[in-house]
Amino acid sequence: MAAGPAPPPGRPRAQMPHLRKMERVVVSMQDPDQGVKMRSQRLLVTVIPHAVTGSDVVQWLTQKFCLSEEEARHLGAVLVQHGYIYPLRDPRSLVLRPDETPYRFQTPYFWTSTLWPAAELDYAIYLAKKNIRKQGTLVDYEKECYDRLHTKINHAWDLVLMQAREQLRAAKQRRKGDRLVIACQEQTYWLVNRPPPGVPSVLEQSPGRGSCAASRVHMTKRADFYKQEIEYCRRALGRTRVKSSVCFEAYLSFCSQRGPHDPLVSGCLPSNPWISDDDAYWVMNAPTVVAPTKLRVERWGFSFRELLEDPVGRAHFMDFLGKEFSGENLSFWEACEDLRYGAQAQVPTLVDAVYQQFLAPGAARWVNIDSRTMERTLEGLRQPHRYVLDDAQLHIYMLMKKDSYPRFLKSDMYKGLLAEAGIPLETKKRVFPFSRRPRHSSPSPALLPTPVEPTAAGGPGGGDGVA
Amino acid sequence: MCDQTFLANVFGSCDKCFKQRALRPVFKKSQQLSYCSTCAEIMATEALHENETLASLKSEAESLKGKLEEERAKLHDVELHQVAERVEALGQFVMKTRRTLKGHGNKVLCMDWCKDKRRIVSSSQDGKVIVWDSFTTNKEHAVTMPCTWVMACAYAPSGCAIACGGLDNKCSVYPLTFDKNENMAAKKKSVAMHTNYLSACSFTNSDMQILTASGDGTCALWDVESGQLLQSFHGHGADVLCLDLAPSETGNTFVSGGCDKKAMVWDMRSGQCVQAFETHESDINSVRYYPSGDAFASGSDDATCRLYDLRADREVAIYSKESIIFGASSVDFSLSGRLLFAGYNDYTINVWDVLKGSRVSILFGHENRVSTLRVSPDGTAFCSGSWDHTLRVREVVFSFPVCERRGEG
Repeated sequence: MAAGPAPPPGRPRAQMPHLRKMERVVVSMQDPDQGVKMRSQRLLVTVIPHAVTGSDVVQWLTQKFCLSEEEARHLGAVLVQHGYIYPLRDPRSLVLRPDETPYRFQTPYFWTSTLWPAAELDYAIYLAKKNIRKQGTLVDYEKECYDRLHTKINHAWDLVLMQAREQLRAAKQRRKGDRLVIACQEQTYWLVNRPPPGVPSVLEQSPGRGSCAASRVHMTKRADFYKQEIEYCRRALGRTRVKSSVCFEAYLSFCSQRGPHDPLVSGCLPSNPWISDDDAYWVMNAPTVVAPTKLRVERWGFSFRELLEDPVGRAHFMDFLGKEFSGENLSFWEACEDLRYGAQAQVPTLVDAVYQQFLAPGAARWVNIDSRTMERTLEGLRQPHRYVLDDAQLHIYMLMKKDSYPRFLKSDMYKGLLAEAGIPLETKKRVFPFSRRPRHSSPSPALLPTPVEPTAAGGPGGGDGVA
Repeated sequence: MCDQTFLANVFGSCDKCFKQRALRPVFKKSQQLSYCSTCAEIMATEALHENETLASLKSEAESLKGKLEEERAKLHDVELHQVAERVEALGQFVMKTRRTLKGHGNKVLCMDWCKDKRRIVSSSQDGKVIVWDSFTTNKEHAVTMPCTWVMACAYAPSGCAIACGGLDNKCSVYPLTFDKNENMAAKKKSVAMHTNYLSACSFTNSDMQILTASGDGTCALWDVESGQLLQSFHGHGADVLCLDLAPSETGNTFVSGGCDKKAMVWDMRSGQCVQAFETHESDINSVRYYPSGDAFASGSDDATCRLYDLRADREVAIYSKESIIFGASSVDFSLSGRLLFAGYNDYTINVWDVLKGSRVSILFGHENRVSTLRVSPDGTAFCSGSWDHTLRVREVVFSFPVCERRGEG
């Protein structure tokens, strides 16, 4: 099947870097000293030189790139699929058989990157040649294509037939071996460019991208493009950077801290639902659950963000703040989040509600912001937009993070939660691995009423999209 | 004494100053005009001025870029894999496919997980968008878009809606409904309008804002309710192919990658590009933040995945092998950031040890290129979608640690 709009005659090598790389591999495979062992292959009565066996190809790849057998076979298969190596005996399907099956390297003339895109006229000539040479050699899909082309380029059909006959005549003057080889090469080329139905085309690209690349090239390098670059570079030069070693230490500590919490690295208890078909893990770790697991409670200690992102953690933190009479800080922060991520139409109402409840002098839940930030915020409130409370929000966030949060972690409340939290027991592995547990479905979140967060603004919670 | 050749002069009114003078043919933007000699001289000097400015701007930009590279290099005192030498090697990996989702009649182009850790939305070339409960493999919703090549889809944080788009240049939001009488397409909301195909979309922290990336070279932030454009991000020199929101505390930035080989970090509030990285040799197909938010990984057509650190402001690791020839189409981290999963156009998935830079595992199974790959929100599994019409959910079964396999370096 044709693969979408025909790509413009650009520079395929630039657009498809993998072709260039495959070509390099294939060229090194043909190196007389370091390449694959070549031998002459006898086909019926003809002797074809420079043939290689499938198993030799696989072995060479294994050694050259230090691959496993499976990977080498895969790489070899990919090279064959793209027509860089073709089978001599059964040129109808481009597969790599890792045995004594003979293969040969495609001539660069027929490489995907050289002769691309394949022209309809050439395909017509090829099919005509096949038809003329031996009636009935055209396979079903080829017959269809032939008929279709006949209608499509009917006006040039004389040319097609003439060219076909001419090429056949020229071919007759070659040695039998050469003729066979050229026929195989051509057949491979067309198998790659016009794959039979059911075989995915290796040349297919995503739409739009084919035309992009080198040709589309950088929207005109005008003066303003460079001015933008200069501006960006100047800004970037002024920024502070951190030493690489410091950054890497951060990765190491992050990975080691989170390692036990990463199911793909350390597994999970009671069991990974995908392996055991038991969704107990998800039930135990549901967003709102009465008894959070130990790992979960531990995570609240990793960073303030972790604590806030977990609804259970946030609720406990709110309790803690309540005891310290600073609950309005968290409520204010939540209201600001609602504003930032809320609907555009709601911005004025939300801003006003927040102001009334948290910022106005004498407000019910007045938050303690430093005077400069308060001044700036009140100034900005004259023209409310969704980011107008950013400064105040950041101030309160940092206050909680640097002050309340560390105290929360040291508090008896948190320590108690940590002690109470349990580690689930590992589900015993089933004795009969073939008996599968029934996989329970869960209610879709689209069905559940949206949980309304206790927002200070009192407005509707975020995410109301239920039909 | 030399021969003097005289030009045949045409007299007439100059195309520029309209005075009656001897005219010369002059070419301006491939259009032939007749200017008098004075105007022709003026035009010549103007053009020279413009070109000089352009050339000088270009050289200034180049020199500044060079200086920037120098500054970046100054603080690069060690390589990541050197520091990672003291970390224990990962054990032998065995990864199994636990679910195969069949139902798309054509190439799967994009997928996204729901926050409930089991539901998935996926989109394909024939315009179908399907919502699955991948745990039971049941299809829960299906929508047919009016366009083909739906290259982007996203699940809303609340789980109540999905967004998708592609060759229709738009991003549409569909509220999910279980009402049999309702046609999901009826309640569709057209949110984003671009001038070229939609390549990626993502909800921000709520259902009410969507971030999109498009083939027209821009990204944009939209208000879902009204369809209003809240902010647009210009700076890429070619198609933008991917984006990812930063998991930062103040939640204000996102990264995008495009056909101009650049990965750019943007400030959502101001629309400005905060940082840019240009070390890839080909189109960047996918970007994903490291879980801590301090870095991000990118997968590109040049067959490499790279890690860029935001604080160090440079590329800090390259994940590549000589035998990996095809481009990486999508990347994602495991929960701890130790593993990087990358799907490639040669039908395989390679799993990299982020710290050590070595490849941990290679997964086969797909019969055509892997187009999309995401780790589930709780990190229990990862799902890959492919042009072979299927999606596969895989997880890891670990063995005891072994010393690093020879050749896997």
